[in-house]
Amino acid sequence: MGLILYSIIAGQLIDVPDLPVIRETIRNLFYHVCMWFAMFTMFGTSLVYSIRYLSGFKPEHDIMASESVSNGIFFGIMGLITGMIWAKFTWGDFWTNDPQLNGAAVSMMAYLAYTVLRSSIDEKAMRARISAVYNIFAFMLLVIFLGVLPRLADSSLHPGKGGNSSTMEGLDITMRMVFYPAAIGWIIIAFWLLQIRTRKRRLLQIVQK
Amino acid sequence: MKEIKELVRKDLLLELRQKYAINGILLYVVSTIFVVQLCYGRVIDENAWIALFWIILLFAAFNAVSKSFVQESAARRLYYYMLAPAVSVVLSKIIYNALLMLILGALSLLVFIVFMGFPEFNLYLFLPAFLLGCIGISGALTMVSAIASRSGNNAALMAILGFPIVVPLLLLLVNASRMALKERILVADILKNLSAIFLIDAVVGILAVILFPYLWRD
Repeated sequence: MGLILYSIIAGQLIDVPDLPVIRETIRNLFYHVCMWFAMFTMFGTSLVYSIRYLSGFKPEHDIMASESVSNGIFFGIMGLITGMIWAKFTWGDFWTNDPQLNGAAVSMMAYLAYTVLRSSIDEKAMRARISAVYNIFAFMLLVIFLGVLPRLADSSLHPGKGGNSSTMEGLDITMRMVFYPAAIGWIIIAFWLLQIRTRKRRLLQIVQK
Repeated sequence: MKEIKELVRKDLLLELRQKYAINGILLYVVSTIFVVQLCYGRVIDENAWIALFWIILLFAAFNAVSKSFVQESAARRLYYYMLAPAVSVVLSKIIYNALLMLILGALSLLVFIVFMGFPEFNLYLFLPAFLLGCIGISGALTMVSAIASRSGNNAALMAILGFPIVVPLLLLLVNASRMALKERILVADILKNLSAIFLIDAVVGILAVILFPYLWRD
């Protein structure tokens, strides 16, 4: 929590380099990119647990997998919202025809479809198995959309994809000081939320028995 | 190998006897193209041609492939489970659906050409992309249909699950089609597009073969 407070406060106060279009809004970098990092780690966790479930068929793995997907969806939506706010100020519109934006939206849809799939099967073991299979597909989609396609695309508004120079190279030292702790802080928050939710589910299961 | 051939032959025979899927989808394709032609006449913008063609093909694919697993009742599934390994079952389904998609795709392309004309495509790029695209869409939808069939045979579920999986392939196909409109294309560009489509086909196919046995066991 301390890390997050630090990043939120320092993010508002420190000096940032004066870039042409972005100016002060580059502070959003601390929030927007961190959201995506947290989302990616969440979905990665869910992939790991899905594979572990398919190789062991233990129900705890299924709980972890589904909770991390819910967490990941939450952080993904936060990432989209922060991105949209940022886009309104810098690019002039909430949504543009950018491959990375479209890819992010479709990946969110894939994971929402995962949630729908889970809610449509009643029997526990079958639900766990089938959703694990779909989870692997969805993660592959995520990697394709957010990693592969934007780099192949001809033109993109995002830094680092489609011909622009990457953000990481151009990051000023003062911003790095805030960015790295912020990223780590948000990822830790994501895992903390995951822990709380899985604990809650396990308790519910014990109470129901 | 022999089981795969036998399973594909069984599906083909069933299809030829009932003509259930093919007729329905052909009717669907022809009527949609007819409606398009009513709106546009014969004069159509090339980008619109591409968009409409791929949309119609996509929905025809959804219809065609969703029938493949829906027909298998639980008792028949148990019978297959005892007869053939899961990998053979999924491979035979993929091969059969790919064949079906290729035939359907060729027929819809023909009907489309008859009604709407054929833009000046670079055929070296368009035809392989079209073939690979049909195979890819059918492979992805076969897998999705397998998942959806185990969860209550809900038609809407298959659309919800299938749409995000099909989108990257569709994106690549539309890009390849638009690039095929340009006059001078480098061989490197053609190869880049075709290999991207082929890669997605391969990834989907391999994932389907690896993951299907988990779905198959009861």
